[in-house]
Amino acid sequence: MKLFRIRGGVHPEGRKRLSEDKPIEDVPLPELLHVPLQQHIGAPAVVIVKKGDMVKKGQVIATAQGHISAPVHAPSSGQIVGLGRYTAPHPSGLPGRTLTIRTDGKDEWAALPAPLDPFTASPEEIAKRVSDSGIVGMGGATFPSAVKLNLGARFDLHTLIINGAECEPYLTCDDRLMREHSVNVIAGVRIMARALKVERAIIAIEANKPDAIRRLRHVTQNDDVVTVVEVPTRYPMGSEKHLTQTLLGKETPARGLTADIGVVVHNAATAFAVFEAVTLGKPLVSRIVTVSGEAITRPCNLRVPIGTPVAKLIEHAGDMKVEPERLLLGGPMMGQPLSDLRAPVVKGTNGVLALSGLEASAKGHRSSCIRCASCVDVCPCGLVPLDMAAAIRKEEMEIAAKSGLMDCVGCGSCAYVCPSDIPLVQYFNYAKGRITYLQRAEHKQKETKRLADLRVERMERLAQAKREAMAKRKAEQARKKAEKATQEQQQEKASA
Amino acid sequence: MMSAIISLALLGLGLGVMLGFAAKYLKVEAGALVQDIEQMLPGSQCGQCGYPGCSPAAEALAGGQAAITMCPPGGRALAQALADKLGVSADLSAMEDQAPQVAFVNEHLCIGCTKCFKRCPTDALVGANRQIHVVIKDACTGCGKCVDVCPTESVRMRDVPVSLETWHWPKPDELALAS
Repeated sequence: MKLFRIRGGVHPEGRKRLSEDKPIEDVPLPELLHVPLQQHIGAPAVVIVKKGDMVKKGQVIATAQGHISAPVHAPSSGQIVGLGRYTAPHPSGLPGRTLTIRTDGKDEWAALPAPLDPFTASPEEIAKRVSDSGIVGMGGATFPSAVKLNLGARFDLHTLIINGAECEPYLTCDDRLMREHSVNVIAGVRIMARALKVERAIIAIEANKPDAIRRLRHVTQNDDVVTVVEVPTRYPMGSEKHLTQTLLGKETPARGLTADIGVVVHNAATAFAVFEAVTLGKPLVSRIVTVSGEAITRPCNLRVPIGTPVAKLIEHAGDMKVEPERLLLGGPMMGQPLSDLRAPVVKGTNGVLALSGLEASAKGHRSSCIRCASCVDVCPCGLVPLDMAAAIRKEEMEIAAKSGLMDCVGCGSCAYVCPSDIPLVQYFNYAKGRITYLQRAEHKQKETKRLADLRVERMERLAQAKREAMAKRKAEQARKKAEKATQEQQQEKASA
Repeated sequence: MMSAIISLALLGLGLGVMLGFAAKYLKVEAGALVQDIEQMLPGSQCGQCGYPGCSPAAEALAGGQAAITMCPPGGRALAQALADKLGVSADLSAMEDQAPQVAFVNEHLCIGCTKCFKRCPTDALVGANRQIHVVIKDACTGCGKCVDVCPTESVRMRDVPVSLETWHWPKPDELALAS
């Protein structure tokens, strides 16, 4: 298949060797599972269980709320012991609404919905099942997958791309999944293609995963829908817009969706989850997580129940052999710092990295921008990071937004090549958050004005009503007085 | 000598006539600016700026007697808009220091006197006679009028807590960049 070149990109050292040959292991079931209610983009799930309830594995414990949301299922059997706030796997380390389950060790499944026949089930049935199973984008974006499977209603779709690029260094969870469960991943891809009613599905895998490519090609050799394509190893190949451009040569419109050009991109792990949900009825209650980094004694790939504290994963990986310089959730390029090891694994957690001092601080001291424009060369979105950062430093958010801040995917290529070690991505993240904050403030001000106007109007109405009532009473009194006067007059006349 | 005087006199006359016409035909109603500014202000008449209401505040702003950063409910966004409107440069750094606040009712002290929600300019307080009152945080502008009238000091102002939804990355440390 002919491939197209994308702009920019970098070649960070892969370091996948640490864990790529470690088969997926099950992590021992922890005593407590902390299951956050917001594990996806959209509205948080609504709790439907009470403290003290006994739940079985796969039972719905919180339902989706609104159009873009996802339900949450119990990752194992046990008792609900808490519903409160618990450290979220988030760079802020702030707590979020979390259900805590004390596991009973039986890991007993609840009654699961009947399996669907993937060959006869209608696209709507498949999308409904995916939605009910709480499946979200497992590459890290955590967008509810069912919403993406329903895009066919609004867009003219022709291609499903399965993202098996896994371009982040260190991470090998998708690689292992594709190697160990190739048949099921492909089955999931076929089900998704059926749900989307597209005529072709392309599985894109970076060239640094030859075994996965070989195995998936073997499974799909006589398939006229699904093809496996080897894409060059270059970061950020796994960005859906850039992957689409590499494969089809078409660029996604700025701030648009890939569906605008007829393409839907799903992750390989999502395809596997769809397979389990449709053909086995199993909801999303566990995922594969890579635990790696030079500070980890025994890097590995683990199948982890959602809600397992990160500390348990590191414990299973033989603890840390040195004090880590940096702890990350996700890959080293786009991952988020982890401030608390008690934070749970969620649907979007693909890796836990403990980096040693040597890995974490390869560069020297931070200094001023020398305008070398290396960041411009590597930006896969064609932006000018140095100008954007300069504007943000001066708090000129409008200028930054005009130069394309909202088109930045936050891949970190610019910060990776910057010889002055300027935290460009942090500037962009700060600015994005700041702009949202300002928009919220503006919205609040408008709302305040509306409320104040409504109140003034109401006060006016009340005063008006009072005046009218008063006038009415006065009129009444005047009328009575007049009546009385006429009566008296008549009486006087009669007596006279 | 003569030609210079004549040309300058003509020039002066011509420009004077033009200015005269301009003053007549391009005249801006003095009240229009005040009205525009009043439209931009929140209109909650909270009085935090020190003026009795939004209308006198708008007049003061138009007259240049008040700073554009005077409106706490409007915040930074309003200050920026006012700066653009009035064509003055804005020093908004000072506005960052005060964290946004909202009212909070201490349930142990509230006697349900209804005084506070009668004063609230945005109807952010809900309650009834002899019932505990409560604050709708999203509607509260933090003007503090309710605090002034509460007879039991049960209403207090509190900083708006940072949540997972509102948190964002802080600006990178400039000092670290300089060193």
